[in-house]
Amino acid sequence: MVDIVDTNKKALDFDNQIAAQDDTFPMLSVLAADGAIVDETAVKRAELDDDDLINIMKRMLLSRQLDIRSTKLAKQGRFGFFAPTAGQEASQMASSYAFNDDDWLMPGYRDIPQIIVKGWPIWKAILWSRGHVLGNVFTTADDKPVNSWMPQIIIGAQYVEAAGIALGLKKRQKDAVVYAYTGDGGTSQGDFYEGINFAGAYQANAVFFVQNNGYAISTPRRLQTAAKHLAAKGWAAGIPSLVVDGNDPIAMYLAAKEARTWATSGKGPVLIEAITDRLEPHSTAGDDPLRYRTQDDIDAWWQKEPLIRMRKYITTKGIWDQEKEDAYIAEVNTLIDEQIKIADNVPKQKISDFVKNTLEVPSYAMSEQIKRFESEGK
Amino acid sequence: MATKSYIDAVREAMDLALEKDNDVLIFGEDVGKNGGVFRATDGLQAKYGEDRVFNTPLAESGIGGLAIGLTTQNYRPVMEIQFFGFVFEVMDSIAGQMARNRFRFNGTRQMPIVVRAPYGGGTKTPEMHADNLEGMVSQIPGIRVVMPANPADAKGLLLSAIDSNDPVVFLENLHLYRSLKGEVPEGYYTTPLDKAAVAREGSDVSIISYGGGVPVALKAAETLAKSNISAEVLDLRTVSPLDIESIGATVAKTGRVVVVQEAQRMAGIGANVMSEISERFILNLKAPIGRVAAPDSVYPFGQAENDWMIKADDVVAKVMEVVNYD
Repeated sequence: MVDIVDTNKKALDFDNQIAAQDDTFPMLSVLAADGAIVDETAVKRAELDDDDLINIMKRMLLSRQLDIRSTKLAKQGRFGFFAPTAGQEASQMASSYAFNDDDWLMPGYRDIPQIIVKGWPIWKAILWSRGHVLGNVFTTADDKPVNSWMPQIIIGAQYVEAAGIALGLKKRQKDAVVYAYTGDGGTSQGDFYEGINFAGAYQANAVFFVQNNGYAISTPRRLQTAAKHLAAKGWAAGIPSLVVDGNDPIAMYLAAKEARTWATSGKGPVLIEAITDRLEPHSTAGDDPLRYRTQDDIDAWWQKEPLIRMRKYITTKGIWDQEKEDAYIAEVNTLIDEQIKIADNVPKQKISDFVKNTLEVPSYAMSEQIKRFESEGK
Repeated sequence: MATKSYIDAVREAMDLALEKDNDVLIFGEDVGKNGGVFRATDGLQAKYGEDRVFNTPLAESGIGGLAIGLTTQNYRPVMEIQFFGFVFEVMDSIAGQMARNRFRFNGTRQMPIVVRAPYGGGTKTPEMHADNLEGMVSQIPGIRVVMPANPADAKGLLLSAIDSNDPVVFLENLHLYRSLKGEVPEGYYTTPLDKAAVAREGSDVSIISYGGGVPVALKAAETLAKSNISAEVLDLRTVSPLDIESIGATVAKTGRVVVVQEAQRMAGIGANVMSEISERFILNLKAPIGRVAAPDSVYPFGQAENDWMIKADDVVAKVMEVVNYD
């Protein structure tokens, strides 16, 4: 017999509901900030061999070098808009390592590195940043399609579109998922909820990442919501949701891998909240983090950043050393130099092409404009 | 040819599109078992299955995102917004995303999406159900806005819209759904997008309208004929982009123009037509262009609707002004 008096008492115990939020989402953590393994079982479950570990390290280093070079180039005026990624290498590069070429990526504007490791050449990323349309053609250097959308500018729009891709993959019975990224601020947007809710309602093939990096430009995470965990928003949509140490590459990979398995098995989407930090400004367009956070806070997060622990872990394992790292960084820098040259030499954009690309079948007025701009060589 | 209602023609188009192409999907709020709140999709789920005709959760932006995402898997989504007044909730998907994608991806991606929605007054709906918002969506490069005025065009234009690789906002007149019947050709056919049609031939004055304005214009033309004024009625059919050639042809023919729209005067299509005429055909004009439009207030509460909406008498009066101008 249900004790209705007791049930009613529980239903009305708001204090308890608030308190219960604290324990609901324990953080998945495998590799501590000092590089020590804190959960051997989880390491086994991740099934990463030495090559995988080196690949993840290299991808994270690639991302860090791109960040360093892009920030420098932006200061010299040779780059356009750039959203720094330092500190988020695990939440971006270790998570995306769990996905295949057949999977669809829905990136936010800070998620450029994940597209690059899908085969989108760096010169296109540079063009995207500079504002050239060829940066929005998602193909490999040898013109094979890359299953990625453009880095989304409208916060949350990638989530509703991800639900559509997820449903499409399910309808086509593909062994593939869509994986979408947003930030802590993104979870306040209506599209965030509509996206996870649609994907949940259709039990569609999606893995949603929230990179909780502490700040939406200047607004701290605590001002976004009264929810104690952003992952709790996934529960509102009835989907498995977890909190992961977003600076822990092994934990991020493990969470992504298991979420992908779940989502491809027809059980529906998963939401992963990665706790990380944006160590640098929001963008290279004049943001100064010291207007809204302290240097001490930033310094403390630098001690916890993912490269330090990954480097220690694989060095201790005997599969990595400073020489290897220096050699790889040199390789990346040569590659970036080459890619900048390619980007510098693409043809100028034409207004006539813009009008042509707006509709497959141009209107009367558009045809007039195409003719005019072509005659002017524009 | 059989006589059919506007809504039956809309349903028949979707039926034929589903039959012709397995990649066509129809979805929106209540479009499944219920067949839509106006029965536009009645019976389609039973005929084609829940995989192809299905309900969505109640969120317009989600519906728009779903459509865009489904195109990546080579589907041709026909999404319904239950009332066009709810479009504000899905403006990013329409204006910020689907309209821009072909351009944005340098022509490497297509957006074969149809956004169907009923619009327009005359049925005493609650607020936000009846507004004419076509002017707003007609300001967006990269998307077509199609507004059929009769059952035959509703069917042929909807089939063209579904066939198009460009996104189309397809606006169906709520008042005409059941009140307007007309001859509808059998079977699959398409009516060209971006092409206006002469709904009634005339020689003294051109009444240029679209959607729910066309029956009003035709009624006015009927009245004017009794006073020996021969009015041509041009039905724009696609309101963005405009069929400038057909507009030019009727202006050249009559030299006198009245534009008629159900939307507020400030809101759009009529102004676009007038500016094209001013820019291109002004020397053909024998009189200033007349305009009949709703007042520049917010769409009124139901009981005041009849007083607020444009009527055939308003068109007749404006035509008399334009015809008598010397």
